[in-house]
Amino acid sequence: MIVFDQVQKSYQVAGRAIPALHATSMTIETGEVFGIVGHSGAGKSTLVRLINMLEPATGGRILIDNEDITRYSAAELRAFRRKVGMIFQHFNLLSSKTVADNIAFPMKLAGIYSKTEIRERVEELLARVSLSDHANKYPSQLSGGQKQRVGIARALACRPTILLCDEATSALDPQTTQSVLKLLGDINKELGLTIVLITHEMDVVRRVCDRVAVMDAGRVVEMGPVSDVFLHPQHPTTRDFVFESENVDRDELQEDLQKANGRILRLTFKGESTYKPLLGSVARESGVDFSILSGRIDHIKDTPYGQLTLSLVGGDLDIAMQALEAADVHVEVVR
Amino acid sequence: MEALMETLMGNVDWAEIGWASWDTLVMVGMSLLFSVLIGLPVGVLLFLFGKRQLLEQPVAYAVLSFVVNVLRSVPFIILLIVMIPFTVMLIGTSLGVAGAIPPLVAGGAPFFARLVETSLREVDRGIIEATQAMGANVRQIIFGALLPEALPGIIAGITVTAITLVSYAAMSGVIGGGGLGDLAIRFGYQRFQTDVMVITVALLVIFVQLLQMAGDRLVLYFSRK
Repeated sequence: MIVFDQVQKSYQVAGRAIPALHATSMTIETGEVFGIVGHSGAGKSTLVRLINMLEPATGGRILIDNEDITRYSAAELRAFRRKVGMIFQHFNLLSSKTVADNIAFPMKLAGIYSKTEIRERVEELLARVSLSDHANKYPSQLSGGQKQRVGIARALACRPTILLCDEATSALDPQTTQSVLKLLGDINKELGLTIVLITHEMDVVRRVCDRVAVMDAGRVVEMGPVSDVFLHPQHPTTRDFVFESENVDRDELQEDLQKANGRILRLTFKGESTYKPLLGSVARESGVDFSILSGRIDHIKDTPYGQLTLSLVGGDLDIAMQALEAADVHVEVVR
Repeated sequence: MEALMETLMGNVDWAEIGWASWDTLVMVGMSLLFSVLIGLPVGVLLFLFGKRQLLEQPVAYAVLSFVVNVLRSVPFIILLIVMIPFTVMLIGTSLGVAGAIPPLVAGGAPFFARLVETSLREVDRGIIEATQAMGANVRQIIFGALLPEALPGIIAGITVTAITLVSYAAMSGVIGGGGLGDLAIRFGYQRFQTDVMVITVALLVIFVQLLQMAGDRLVLYFSRK
Protein backbone atom coordinates (compact mmCIF):
# COMPACT_ATOMS: atom_id res chain seq x y z
CA MET A 1 0.00 0.00 0.00
CA ILE A 2 1.29 3.43 -0.94
CA VAL A 3 0.00 6.27 1.23
CA PHE A 4 0.54 9.93 0.42
CA ASP A 5 0.02 12.04 3.51
CA GLN A 6 -0.06 15.76 2.70
CA VAL A 7 2.84 15.27 0.30
CA GLN A 8 4.06 18.34 -1.51
CA LYS A 9 6.88 19.19 -3.86
CA SER A 10 8.20 22.53 -4.96
CA TYR A 11 11.25 23.59 -6.94
CA GLN A 12 13.52 26.51 -6.15
CA VAL A 13 13.63 28.71 -9.21
CA ALA A 14 15.63 31.93 -8.86
CA GLY A 15 15.17 31.87 -5.09
CA ARG A 16 11.41 31.36 -5.24
CA ALA A 17 9.57 28.13 -4.46
CA ILE A 18 7.52 27.06 -7.47
CA PRO A 19 5.01 24.37 -6.46
CA ALA A 20 4.92 21.30 -8.70
CA LEU A 21 2.60 19.32 -6.44
CA HIS A 22 0.29 20.92 -3.90
CA ALA A 23 -0.34 19.06 -0.64
CA THR A 24 -1.82 15.74 -1.75
CA SER A 25 -3.18 12.84 0.24
CA MET A 26 -4.21 9.56 -1.35
CA THR A 27 -3.84 5.82 -1.04
CA ILE A 28 -2.84 3.33 -3.69
CA GLU A 29 -3.87 -0.22 -2.73
CA THR A 30 -1.57 -3.22 -3.02
CA GLY A 31 -2.10 -5.10 -6.28
CA GLU A 32 -4.12 -2.48 -8.08
CA VAL A 33 -3.33 -0.72 -11.33
CA PHE A 34 -3.51 2.96 -10.48
CA GLY A 35 -3.56 5.49 -13.28
CA ILE A 36 -2.54 9.12 -13.04
CA VAL A 37 -3.72 11.16 -15.97
CA GLY A 38 -2.97 14.79 -16.74
CA HIS A 39 -1.67 17.14 -19.38
CA SER A 40 2.08 17.72 -19.58
CA GLY A 41 3.16 19.97 -16.75
CA ALA A 42 0.25 18.90 -14.53
CA GLY A 43 2.66 17.32 -12.04
CA LYS A 44 2.11 13.65 -12.80
CA SER A 45 5.80 12.99 -13.62
CA THR A 46 6.73 14.56 -10.31
CA LEU A 47 4.12 12.52 -8.46
CA VAL A 48 5.37 9.18 -9.79
CA ARG A 49 9.02 10.10 -9.07
CA LEU A 50 8.16 10.84 -5.45
CA ILE A 51 7.33 7.15 -5.00
CA ASN A 52 10.95 6.04 -5.58
CA MET A 53 12.37 9.36 -4.40
CA LEU A 54 14.00 10.22 -7.72
CA GLU A 55 12.43 13.50 -6.68
CA PRO A 56 12.54 14.02 -2.91
CA ALA A 57 9.33 15.43 -1.41
CA THR A 58 9.56 18.88 0.15
CA GLY A 59 6.76 18.20 2.63
CA GLY A 60 4.54 15.48 4.03
CA ARG A 61 5.07 11.75 4.40
CA ILE A 62 5.04 8.88 1.92
CA LEU A 63 4.31 5.54 3.56
CA ILE A 64 5.00 2.37 1.64
CA ASP A 65 3.80 -0.70 3.51
CA ASN A 66 3.72 1.49 6.64
CA GLU A 67 7.32 2.68 6.31
CA ASP A 68 8.01 6.37 5.84
CA ILE A 69 10.39 6.39 2.86
CA THR A 70 11.09 10.11 3.19
CA ARG A 71 13.14 9.28 6.32
CA TYR A 72 15.31 6.64 4.64
CA SER A 73 19.11 6.96 4.71
CA ALA A 74 20.93 6.84 1.36
CA ALA A 75 21.72 3.13 1.77
CA GLU A 76 18.16 2.28 2.85
CA LEU A 77 16.83 4.21 -0.12
CA ARG A 78 19.02 2.26 -2.57
CA ALA A 79 17.84 -1.04 -1.07
CA PHE A 80 14.22 0.16 -1.28
CA ARG A 81 14.58 1.21 -4.92
CA ARG A 82 15.47 -2.36 -5.89
CA LYS A 83 11.95 -3.31 -4.88
CA VAL A 84 10.42 -0.65 -7.12
CA GLY A 85 10.71 -1.26 -10.86
CA MET A 86 10.37 1.61 -13.30
CA ILE A 87 9.79 1.86 -17.04
CA PHE A 88 10.10 4.99 -19.14
CA GLN A 89 8.66 6.69 -22.20
CA HIS A 90 12.00 6.54 -24.01
CA PHE A 91 12.90 3.14 -22.51
CA ASN A 92 16.28 4.36 -21.18
CA LEU A 93 18.07 1.12 -22.04
CA LEU A 94 21.86 1.11 -22.02
CA SER A 95 22.90 1.20 -25.66
CA SER A 96 26.28 -0.34 -24.81
CA LYS A 97 24.77 -3.49 -23.30
CA THR A 98 22.97 -6.39 -24.97
CA VAL A 99 19.32 -7.15 -24.22
CA ALA A 100 20.36 -9.89 -21.77
CA ASP A 101 22.92 -7.63 -20.06
CA ASN A 102 20.37 -4.82 -19.76
CA ILE A 103 17.98 -7.18 -17.96
CA ALA A 104 20.80 -8.50 -15.77
CA PHE A 105 22.02 -4.97 -14.92
CA PRO A 106 19.79 -4.25 -11.87
CA MET A 107 20.60 -7.70 -10.44
CA LYS A 108 24.34 -7.06 -10.85
CA LEU A 109 23.98 -3.66 -9.19
CA ALA A 110 22.19 -5.28 -6.26
CA GLY A 111 25.25 -7.47 -5.68
CA ILE A 112 23.29 -10.19 -3.90
CA TYR A 113 22.67 -12.61 -6.77
CA SER A 114 24.97 -15.38 -8.00
CA LYS A 115 25.90 -15.64 -11.67
CA THR A 116 23.67 -18.70 -12.09
CA GLU A 117 20.73 -16.93 -10.45
CA ILE A 118 21.17 -13.98 -12.78
CA ARG A 119 21.44 -16.16 -15.88
CA GLU A 120 18.37 -18.19 -15.01
CA ARG A 121 16.31 -15.12 -14.11
CA VAL A 122 17.28 -13.36 -17.35
CA GLU A 123 16.26 -16.41 -19.41
CA GLU A 124 12.96 -16.62 -17.55
CA LEU A 125 12.24 -12.92 -18.10
CA LEU A 126 13.24 -13.02 -21.77
CA ALA A 127 10.74 -15.83 -22.26
CA ARG A 128 8.09 -13.91 -20.28
CA VAL A 129 8.35 -10.89 -22.61
CA SER A 130 8.80 -13.12 -25.71
CA LEU A 131 12.30 -11.89 -26.56
CA SER A 132 14.31 -15.09 -26.07
CA ASP A 133 15.61 -14.91 -29.66
CA HIS A 134 16.92 -11.39 -29.15
CA ALA A 135 19.05 -11.96 -26.03
CA ASN A 136 22.35 -10.99 -27.67
CA LYS A 137 21.10 -8.06 -29.74
CA TYR A 138 21.74 -4.46 -28.83
CA PRO A 139 18.81 -2.08 -28.14
CA SER A 140 19.42 -0.17 -31.39
CA GLN A 141 18.51 -3.36 -33.30
CA LEU A 142 15.04 -3.57 -31.70
CA SER A 143 11.69 -1.94 -32.47
CA GLY A 144 10.05 0.43 -29.99
CA GLY A 145 7.71 -2.22 -28.65
CA GLN A 146 10.57 -4.69 -28.20
CA LYS A 147 12.62 -2.05 -26.40
CA GLN A 148 9.77 -1.41 -23.98
CA ARG A 149 9.45 -5.14 -23.35
CA VAL A 150 13.16 -5.21 -22.48
CA GLY A 151 12.43 -2.25 -20.17
CA ILE A 152 9.64 -4.22 -18.49
CA ALA A 153 11.83 -7.33 -18.11
CA ARG A 154 14.61 -5.18 -16.63
CA ALA A 155 12.17 -3.54 -14.22
CA LEU A 156 10.98 -6.96 -13.03
CA ALA A 157 14.47 -8.46 -12.61
CA CYS A 158 14.78 -7.97 -8.85
CA ARG A 159 11.17 -9.10 -8.24
CA PRO A 160 9.77 -5.70 -7.26
CA THR A 161 6.46 -5.21 -5.47
CA ILE A 162 5.72 -1.91 -7.22
CA LEU A 163 6.09 -1.05 -10.91
CA LEU A 164 6.13 2.61 -11.93
CA CYS A 165 5.30 3.40 -15.56
CA ASP A 166 6.26 6.85 -16.79
CA GLU A 167 4.33 7.43 -20.04
CA ALA A 168 5.40 3.91 -20.96
CA THR A 169 3.35 3.75 -24.16
CA SER A 170 3.49 7.37 -25.32
CA ALA A 171 6.29 6.73 -27.81
CA LEU A 172 4.63 3.62 -29.28
CA ASP A 173 2.16 3.15 -32.12
CA PRO A 174 -1.43 2.10 -31.24
CA GLN A 175 -0.96 -1.62 -31.91
CA THR A 176 2.27 -1.83 -29.93
CA THR A 177 0.64 0.21 -27.16
CA GLN A 178 -2.09 -2.41 -26.94
CA SER A 179 0.35 -5.31 -26.65
CA VAL A 180 2.46 -3.52 -24.03
CA LEU A 181 -0.68 -2.66 -22.02
CA LYS A 182 -1.82 -6.26 -22.23
CA LEU A 183 1.59 -7.40 -20.96
CA LEU A 184 1.33 -4.95 -18.04
CA GLY A 185 -2.18 -6.20 -17.24
CA ASP A 186 -1.05 -9.84 -17.33
CA ILE A 187 1.95 -9.09 -15.10
CA ASN A 188 -0.32 -7.32 -12.62
CA LYS A 189 -2.59 -10.38 -12.43
CA GLU A 190 0.15 -13.01 -12.35
CA LEU A 191 2.47 -11.35 -9.86
CA GLY A 192 -0.01 -9.29 -7.84
CA LEU A 193 2.31 -6.34 -8.42
CA THR A 194 1.07 -2.81 -7.72
CA ILE A 195 1.31 -0.72 -10.88
CA VAL A 196 1.32 3.07 -10.87
CA LEU A 197 0.99 4.35 -14.39
CA ILE A 198 1.08 7.92 -15.62
CA THR A 199 -0.22 8.89 -19.02
CA HIS A 200 -1.87 11.69 -20.93
CA GLU A 201 -4.14 9.26 -22.76
CA MET A 202 -7.47 8.37 -21.13
CA ASP A 203 -7.58 5.33 -23.40
CA VAL A 204 -4.59 3.80 -21.61
CA VAL A 205 -6.37 4.31 -18.29
CA ARG A 206 -9.56 2.76 -19.67
CA ARG A 207 -7.74 -0.36 -20.84
CA VAL A 208 -5.71 -1.33 -17.79
CA CYS A 209 -6.38 0.75 -14.71
CA ASP A 210 -8.57 -0.07 -11.73
CA ARG A 211 -8.59 3.43 -10.28
CA VAL A 212 -7.48 6.76 -11.64
CA ALA A 213 -6.45 10.17 -10.36
CA VAL A 214 -6.84 13.15 -12.67
CA MET A 215 -4.26 15.90 -12.20
CA ASP A 216 -4.40 19.52 -13.18
CA ALA A 217 -1.90 22.26 -12.27
CA GLY A 218 -0.23 20.31 -9.47
CA ARG A 219 -3.42 19.07 -7.83
CA VAL A 220 -5.40 15.84 -7.94
CA VAL A 221 -8.79 17.15 -9.09
CA GLU A 222 -10.67 13.88 -9.33
CA MET A 223 -10.04 10.34 -8.16
CA GLY A 224 -11.98 7.10 -8.12
CA PRO A 225 -12.69 3.80 -9.87
CA VAL A 226 -12.05 4.15 -13.59
CA SER A 227 -15.67 3.38 -14.53
CA ASP A 228 -16.99 6.19 -12.29
CA VAL A 229 -14.46 8.76 -13.44
CA PHE A 230 -14.72 7.72 -17.06
CA LEU A 231 -18.50 7.48 -17.35
CA HIS A 232 -19.43 10.32 -15.01
CA PRO A 233 -16.59 12.83 -15.12
CA GLN A 234 -17.12 15.74 -12.74
CA HIS A 235 -14.16 18.09 -13.18
CA PRO A 236 -13.76 20.05 -16.44
CA THR A 237 -10.25 18.62 -16.97
CA THR A 238 -11.58 15.09 -16.64
CA ARG A 239 -14.36 15.86 -19.10
CA ASP A 240 -11.80 17.18 -21.58
CA PHE A 241 -9.84 13.95 -21.30
CA VAL A 242 -12.89 11.76 -21.75
CA PHE A 243 -14.12 13.73 -24.76
CA GLU A 244 -10.64 13.63 -26.25
CA SER A 245 -10.39 9.87 -25.88
CA GLU A 246 -13.79 9.39 -27.52
CA ASN A 247 -12.88 11.62 -30.44
CA VAL A 248 -15.97 13.71 -29.80
CA ASP A 249 -16.04 17.22 -31.19
CA ARG A 250 -17.87 19.21 -28.53
CA ASP A 251 -19.11 21.91 -30.89
CA GLU A 252 -20.54 19.39 -33.30
CA LEU A 253 -22.20 17.57 -30.45
CA GLN A 254 -23.83 20.80 -29.25
CA GLU A 255 -25.12 21.48 -32.75
CA ASP A 256 -26.60 18.00 -32.99
CA LEU A 257 -28.32 18.42 -29.63
CA GLN A 258 -29.84 21.74 -30.68
CA LYS A 259 -31.36 20.21 -33.78
CA ALA A 260 -32.93 17.33 -31.84
CA ASN A 261 -36.53 17.46 -30.58
CA GLY A 262 -37.95 16.55 -27.18
CA ARG A 263 -36.16 15.43 -24.06
CA ILE A 264 -32.50 14.49 -24.30
CA LEU A 265 -31.14 11.78 -22.01
CA ARG A 266 -27.71 10.24 -21.63
CA LEU A 267 -27.92 6.59 -20.68
CA THR A 268 -25.00 4.69 -19.23
CA PHE A 269 -25.05 0.90 -19.22
CA LYS A 270 -22.45 -1.05 -17.32
CA GLY A 271 -21.70 -4.75 -17.05
CA GLU A 272 -24.59 -7.12 -17.81
CA SER A 273 -27.11 -4.41 -18.70
CA THR A 274 -24.97 -3.53 -21.73
CA TYR A 275 -26.20 -6.65 -23.49
CA LYS A 276 -29.96 -6.39 -22.62
CA PRO A 277 -32.40 -5.49 -25.45
CA LEU A 278 -33.73 -2.68 -23.31
CA LEU A 279 -34.52 0.29 -25.53
CA GLY A 280 -37.14 -1.48 -27.68
CA SER A 281 -39.12 -2.81 -24.73
CA VAL A 282 -39.01 0.53 -22.89
CA ALA A 283 -40.26 2.30 -26.02
CA ARG A 284 -43.17 -0.15 -26.40
CA GLU A 285 -44.20 0.06 -22.73
CA SER A 286 -44.04 3.85 -22.46
CA GLY A 287 -45.02 4.77 -25.98
CA VAL A 288 -42.02 7.10 -26.46
CA ASP A 289 -40.18 7.35 -29.75
CA PHE A 290 -36.42 7.69 -29.58
CA SER A 291 -33.59 8.58 -31.88
CA ILE A 292 -29.93 7.94 -31.05
CA LEU A 293 -27.81 11.13 -31.23
CA SER A 294 -24.51 9.58 -30.26
CA GLY A 295 -23.31 6.39 -28.70
CA ARG A 296 -20.40 4.18 -27.85
CA ILE A 297 -20.08 0.61 -26.67
CA ASP A 298 -16.72 -0.49 -25.34
CA HIS A 299 -14.85 -1.97 -22.40
CA ILE A 300 -13.38 -0.44 -19.28
CA LYS A 301 -10.65 -2.94 -18.41
CA ASP A 302 -12.80 -6.14 -18.43
CA THR A 303 -16.19 -4.53 -17.89
CA PRO A 304 -18.36 -3.80 -20.93
CA TYR A 305 -20.21 -0.50 -20.98
CA GLY A 306 -22.38 1.50 -23.29
CA GLN A 307 -23.20 5.17 -23.33
CA LEU A 308 -26.02 6.51 -25.52
CA THR A 309 -27.41 9.99 -25.96
CA LEU A 310 -31.07 9.80 -27.00
CA SER A 311 -33.80 12.26 -27.81
CA LEU A 312 -37.23 11.10 -26.69
CA VAL A 313 -40.51 12.31 -28.23
CA GLY A 314 -44.15 11.57 -27.20
CA GLY A 315 -45.44 8.83 -24.86
CA ASP A 316 -44.97 8.79 -21.10
CA LEU A 317 -41.49 10.00 -20.27
CA ASP A 318 -41.71 9.18 -16.56
CA ILE A 319 -42.55 5.55 -17.19
CA ALA A 320 -39.66 5.33 -19.64
CA MET A 321 -37.18 6.78 -17.16
CA GLN A 322 -38.42 4.56 -14.34
CA ALA A 323 -38.12 1.47 -16.51
CA LEU A 324 -34.56 2.38 -17.50
CA GLU A 325 -33.50 3.03 -13.93
CA ALA A 326 -35.11 -0.21 -12.81
CA ALA A 327 -32.90 -2.02 -15.32
CA ASP A 328 -29.75 -0.60 -13.69
CA VAL A 329 -29.19 2.02 -16.33
CA HIS A 330 -27.78 5.34 -15.18
CA VAL A 331 -30.00 8.09 -16.60
CA GLU A 332 -28.83 11.66 -16.89
CA VAL A 333 -31.15 14.37 -18.24
CA VAL A 334 -29.19 16.54 -20.64
CA ARG A 335 -32.08 18.78 -21.64
CA MET B 1 68.11 6.07 -59.78
CA GLU B 2 70.71 6.36 -57.05
CA ALA B 3 72.03 9.52 -58.64
CA LEU B 4 68.54 10.98 -58.69
CA MET B 5 68.01 10.17 -54.98
CA GLU B 6 71.42 11.74 -54.25
CA THR B 7 70.49 15.05 -55.89
CA LEU B 8 66.96 15.15 -54.45
CA MET B 9 67.67 13.97 -50.91
CA GLY B 10 71.40 14.46 -50.47
CA ASN B 11 71.06 15.74 -46.92
CA VAL B 12 68.77 12.99 -45.63
CA ASP B 13 70.36 10.69 -43.06
CA TRP B 14 67.90 7.83 -42.94
CA ALA B 15 69.20 6.40 -39.67
CA GLU B 16 68.68 9.79 -38.07
CA ILE B 17 65.15 9.93 -39.49
CA GLY B 18 64.49 6.48 -38.05
CA TRP B 19 65.62 7.49 -34.56
CA ALA B 20 63.68 10.72 -34.70
CA SER B 21 60.52 8.86 -35.74
CA TRP B 22 60.98 6.47 -32.84
CA ASP B 23 61.48 9.40 -30.44
CA THR B 24 58.29 11.04 -31.65
CA LEU B 25 56.45 7.76 -31.21
CA VAL B 26 57.73 7.42 -27.63
CA MET B 27 56.91 11.05 -26.76
CA VAL B 28 53.39 10.80 -28.15
CA GLY B 29 52.79 7.36 -26.65
CA MET B 30 54.01 8.20 -23.14
CA SER B 31 52.37 11.62 -23.00
CA LEU B 32 49.10 10.16 -24.33
CA LEU B 33 49.20 7.47 -21.63
CA PHE B 34 49.66 10.02 -18.85
CA SER B 35 47.19 12.47 -20.40
CA VAL B 36 44.52 9.75 -20.35
CA LEU B 37 45.43 8.57 -16.84
CA ILE B 38 45.13 12.12 -15.50
CA GLY B 39 42.53 13.56 -17.88
CA LEU B 40 39.95 10.77 -17.50
CA PRO B 41 39.37 11.12 -13.74
CA VAL B 42 39.53 14.92 -14.01
CA GLY B 43 36.95 14.83 -16.82
CA VAL B 44 34.68 12.55 -14.77
CA LEU B 45 34.95 14.91 -11.79
CA LEU B 46 34.26 17.94 -13.98
CA PHE B 47 31.11 16.19 -15.19
CA LEU B 48 29.95 15.07 -11.73
CA PHE B 49 30.57 18.48 -10.12
CA GLY B 50 28.73 20.29 -12.92
CA LYS B 51 25.37 22.02 -12.67
CA ARG B 52 22.41 19.70 -12.00
CA GLN B 53 24.69 16.66 -12.06
CA LEU B 54 25.09 13.80 -9.61
CA LEU B 55 27.54 15.47 -7.20
CA GLU B 56 26.81 19.12 -7.96
CA GLN B 57 29.66 21.12 -6.34
CA PRO B 58 29.82 24.67 -7.69
CA VAL B 59 33.03 25.61 -5.84
CA ALA B 60 34.96 22.43 -6.70
CA TYR B 61 33.78 22.73 -10.29
CA ALA B 62 34.91 26.35 -10.53
CA VAL B 63 38.39 25.55 -9.15
CA LEU B 64 38.93 22.51 -11.37
CA SER B 65 37.53 24.26 -14.40
CA PHE B 66 39.82 27.25 -13.78
CA VAL B 67 42.95 25.10 -13.63
CA VAL B 68 41.95 23.31 -16.83
CA ASN B 69 41.21 26.60 -18.57
CA VAL B 70 44.52 28.16 -17.54
CA LEU B 71 46.53 25.20 -18.88
CA ARG B 72 44.49 25.22 -22.08
CA SER B 73 44.70 28.94 -22.70
CA VAL B 74 48.50 29.17 -22.48
CA PRO B 75 49.90 28.67 -26.01
CA PHE B 76 51.79 25.38 -26.01
CA ILE B 77 55.06 26.96 -27.08
CA ILE B 78 54.90 29.17 -23.95
CA LEU B 79 53.83 26.24 -21.77
CA LEU B 80 56.97 24.40 -22.94
CA ILE B 81 59.16 27.18 -21.59
CA VAL B 82 57.17 27.89 -18.43
CA MET B 83 57.30 24.20 -17.52
CA ILE B 84 61.14 23.95 -17.70
CA PRO B 85 61.90 24.43 -13.96
CA PHE B 86 59.10 22.08 -13.00
CA THR B 87 60.29 19.47 -15.51
CA VAL B 88 63.86 19.66 -14.19
CA MET B 89 62.52 19.19 -10.65
CA LEU B 90 60.44 16.21 -11.74
CA ILE B 91 62.87 14.22 -13.91
CA GLY B 92 66.22 16.00 -13.69
CA THR B 93 66.37 17.42 -17.20
CA SER B 94 64.24 19.49 -19.53
CA LEU B 95 65.94 18.13 -22.63
CA GLY B 96 65.44 15.13 -24.87
CA VAL B 97 62.50 12.78 -25.09
CA ALA B 98 62.04 12.47 -21.31
CA GLY B 99 62.19 16.23 -20.82
CA ALA B 100 59.43 16.78 -23.36
CA ILE B 101 56.93 14.49 -21.70
CA PRO B 102 55.88 16.62 -18.66
CA PRO B 103 54.95 19.69 -20.76
CA LEU B 104 53.17 17.42 -23.26
CA VAL B 105 51.08 15.94 -20.43
CA ALA B 106 50.43 19.41 -19.03
CA GLY B 107 49.03 20.35 -22.43
CA GLY B 108 47.28 17.04 -23.23
CA ALA B 109 45.61 16.11 -19.93
CA PRO B 110 43.38 19.20 -19.54
CA PHE B 111 42.49 19.03 -23.22
CA PHE B 112 41.44 15.40 -22.85
CA ALA B 113 39.60 16.13 -19.56
CA ARG B 114 37.31 18.60 -21.38
CA LEU B 115 36.64 16.05 -24.12
CA VAL B 116 35.72 13.46 -21.47
CA GLU B 117 33.40 15.93 -19.74
CA THR B 118 31.67 16.70 -23.04
CA SER B 119 31.18 13.07 -24.00
CA LEU B 120 29.74 12.26 -20.56
CA ARG B 121 27.27 15.11 -20.96
CA GLU B 122 26.14 13.51 -24.21
CA VAL B 123 24.90 10.47 -22.27
CA ASP B 124 21.10 10.54 -22.10
CA ARG B 125 19.98 11.76 -18.66
CA GLY B 126 17.24 9.15 -18.79
CA ILE B 127 19.87 6.42 -18.57
CA ILE B 128 21.32 7.98 -15.41
CA GLU B 129 17.81 8.29 -13.98
CA ALA B 130 16.99 4.66 -14.83
CA THR B 131 20.23 3.48 -13.21
CA GLN B 132 19.47 5.53 -10.10
CA ALA B 133 15.97 4.06 -10.01
CA MET B 134 17.57 0.58 -9.90
CA GLY B 135 19.26 1.52 -6.63
CA ALA B 136 22.74 2.19 -8.00
CA ASN B 137 25.20 4.31 -6.02
CA VAL B 138 27.36 6.98 -7.66
CA ARG B 139 30.32 4.63 -8.25
CA GLN B 140 28.02 2.10 -9.93
CA ILE B 141 26.45 4.80 -12.08
CA ILE B 142 29.91 5.95 -13.26
CA PHE B 143 31.41 2.54 -13.99
CA GLY B 144 28.24 0.65 -14.88
CA ALA B 145 26.43 3.18 -17.02
CA LEU B 146 28.21 6.50 -17.72
CA LEU B 147 31.63 5.28 -18.88
CA PRO B 148 30.35 2.35 -20.99
CA GLU B 149 27.75 4.61 -22.63
CA ALA B 150 30.31 7.35 -23.31
CA LEU B 151 33.04 4.93 -24.48
CA PRO B 152 32.82 5.72 -28.23
CA GLY B 153 33.02 9.46 -27.44
CA ILE B 154 35.95 8.92 -25.08
CA ILE B 155 37.84 6.89 -27.72
CA ALA B 156 37.22 9.65 -30.25
CA GLY B 157 38.59 12.05 -27.61
CA ILE B 158 41.74 9.91 -27.20
CA THR B 159 42.26 10.05 -30.98
CA VAL B 160 41.94 13.84 -31.08
CA THR B 161 44.26 14.16 -28.07
CA ALA B 162 46.86 11.85 -29.69
CA ILE B 163 46.85 13.94 -32.87
CA THR B 164 47.18 17.15 -30.88
CA LEU B 165 50.11 15.58 -29.02
CA VAL B 166 51.83 14.77 -32.36
CA SER B 167 51.88 18.46 -33.19
CA TYR B 168 52.83 19.44 -29.62
CA ALA B 169 55.66 16.88 -29.70
CA ALA B 170 56.96 18.40 -32.93
CA MET B 171 56.88 21.82 -31.27
CA SER B 172 58.97 20.57 -28.36
CA GLY B 173 61.91 20.44 -30.80
CA VAL B 174 62.23 24.17 -30.18
CA ILE B 175 63.47 23.61 -26.62
CA GLY B 176 65.54 20.57 -27.57
CA GLY B 177 62.85 17.98 -27.17
CA GLY B 178 64.00 15.48 -29.80
CA GLY B 179 61.99 13.64 -32.42
CA LEU B 180 60.90 14.62 -35.91
CA GLY B 181 60.13 18.21 -34.90
CA ASP B 182 63.65 18.62 -33.56
CA LEU B 183 65.04 17.29 -36.85
CA ALA B 184 62.86 19.59 -38.90
CA ILE B 185 63.96 22.62 -36.91
CA ARG B 186 67.68 21.83 -36.72
CA PHE B 187 68.17 20.67 -40.32
CA GLY B 188 65.15 21.73 -42.30
CA TYR B 189 64.86 25.22 -40.87
CA GLN B 190 68.23 26.28 -39.46
CA ARG B 191 70.36 24.64 -42.22
CA PHE B 192 67.94 25.17 -45.08
CA GLN B 193 67.81 21.45 -45.89
CA THR B 194 64.44 21.43 -47.62
CA ASP B 195 64.59 17.69 -48.32
CA VAL B 196 64.78 16.90 -44.58
CA MET B 197 61.87 19.24 -43.97
CA VAL B 198 59.78 17.50 -46.64
CA ILE B 199 60.51 14.04 -45.27
CA THR B 200 59.70 14.94 -41.65
CA VAL B 201 56.48 16.67 -42.64
CA ALA B 202 55.48 13.69 -44.78
CA LEU B 203 56.18 11.31 -41.91
CA LEU B 204 54.12 13.44 -39.50
CA VAL B 205 51.22 13.50 -41.96
CA ILE B 206 51.36 9.72 -42.33
CA PHE B 207 51.50 9.33 -38.54
CA VAL B 208 48.43 11.52 -38.03
CA GLN B 209 46.53 9.69 -40.77
CA LEU B 210 47.27 6.32 -39.18
CA LEU B 211 46.16 7.56 -35.75
CA GLN B 212 42.91 8.94 -37.14
CA MET B 213 42.14 5.74 -39.03
CA ALA B 214 42.83 3.54 -36.01
CA GLY B 215 40.72 5.81 -33.79
CA ASP B 216 37.79 5.86 -36.21
CA ARG B 217 37.83 2.06 -36.44
CA LEU B 218 37.80 1.69 -32.66
CA VAL B 219 34.93 4.18 -32.32
CA LEU B 220 32.96 2.23 -34.90
CA TYR B 221 33.71 -1.05 -33.15
CA PHE B 222 32.41 0.23 -29.82
CA SER B 223 29.39 2.13 -31.17
CA ARG B 224 26.06 0.39 -30.57
CA LYS B 225 23.77 3.25 -31.44
